[in-house]
Amino acid sequence: MLRDQRVSQVAYVPDFGHARLIELVRADRRMRAVALTTEEEGVALATGAWLGGERSVLLMQSSGVGNCINMLGMIQECRIPLPMLVTMRGQWGEFNPWQVPMAQATIPTLTAMGVIVQPVERAGDVAETAAAACRLAFNTCRAVAVLISQRVIGAKEFK
Amino acid sequence: MTAARSKPVLDRRKVVAQLLKQRGDALIVAGLGAPTWDITAAGDHPLNFGTWGGMGGAAMIGLGLALAQPKRRVLVITGDGEMLMALGSLATIGVQRPRNLAVIVMDNEHYGETGMQQTHTRFGVDLAGMAKAAGFGATGTVYSAAQLKGWVSRIYQPGLAFVDIKVTTVTAPLILPPRDGTLLKNRFREALLGKD
Repeated sequence: MLRDQRVSQVAYVPDFGHARLIELVRADRRMRAVALTTEEEGVALATGAWLGGERSVLLMQSSGVGNCINMLGMIQECRIPLPMLVTMRGQWGEFNPWQVPMAQATIPTLTAMGVIVQPVERAGDVAETAAAACRLAFNTCRAVAVLISQRVIGAKEFK
Repeated sequence: MTAARSKPVLDRRKVVAQLLKQRGDALIVAGLGAPTWDITAAGDHPLNFGTWGGMGGAAMIGLGLALAQPKRRVLVITGDGEMLMALGSLATIGVQRPRNLAVIVMDNEHYGETGMQQTHTRFGVDLAGMAKAAGFGATGTVYSAAQLKGWVSRIYQPGLAFVDIKVTTVTAPLILPPRDGTLLKNRFREALLGKD
């Protein structure tokens, strides 16, 4: 899907839910995987990539959304296309209470920063929604976040 | 550390003008505030992307651009406050190691836009040392016109470079580029990539 969308730079802060996708990107010569120290770096990276004529997507878990908020202002002001694939924590059967506040704030904060939010509840809808989000982002120069429910990923348990 | 405490003598506007004199077809990104005014004072240019916000993003914009345009030289010109907000990005860039990127910090050791409060570099934090530790190839701190001279050509040579240039806190007249982010983006892309 990312290949079909002509995405060249895939930025990420690792998450269990993205592990397989990150492996695939790292194995694909047409794409460059850019590991970040914090998610907002990926927002700025996408700006530079677009200035240079390349397409970027940003992978993160929902706790990383909060780290991006101010930098998303640049995306909105400059009309930079930015698909974000966000795996949710703190939501469906979460074990860790510290994950809950940012999970609750994910949709309101993204919406407040002008990001179009598209939640996905079922595994079968992920690929289609992500492809549609990429088209929307790249064709209309906007940030679009696909929120992949913890129900799809499976809740992490500490036993 | 003794050198870090010596009083800066270089004028930021003159330094940036000197650095950009031989820009050729290089692509320039500037951090918000004074660096954006500095690159504009040196001559507004469609291949300048001077930010007005997104503090902490300048070096990463430079990385995205350098990866997308490996045949073009990319210069990021930013301030010490902006760079201090994004120290992690030095590590991210060090790992990617593009050979066409130079990050240049105009280090006046103060937050100029907010009332000249001291930054950590005033107390000896060594940005060039951090960049070196993160994997940048050529790194250095510049205190004098003589040291600057060598760096004027080094920032355009192949490799990943970082230079921290100590400048005075003298405030230069405001010379502003267009404010509209979409306009800045579109004129940059059109100059680099042609019309959509």
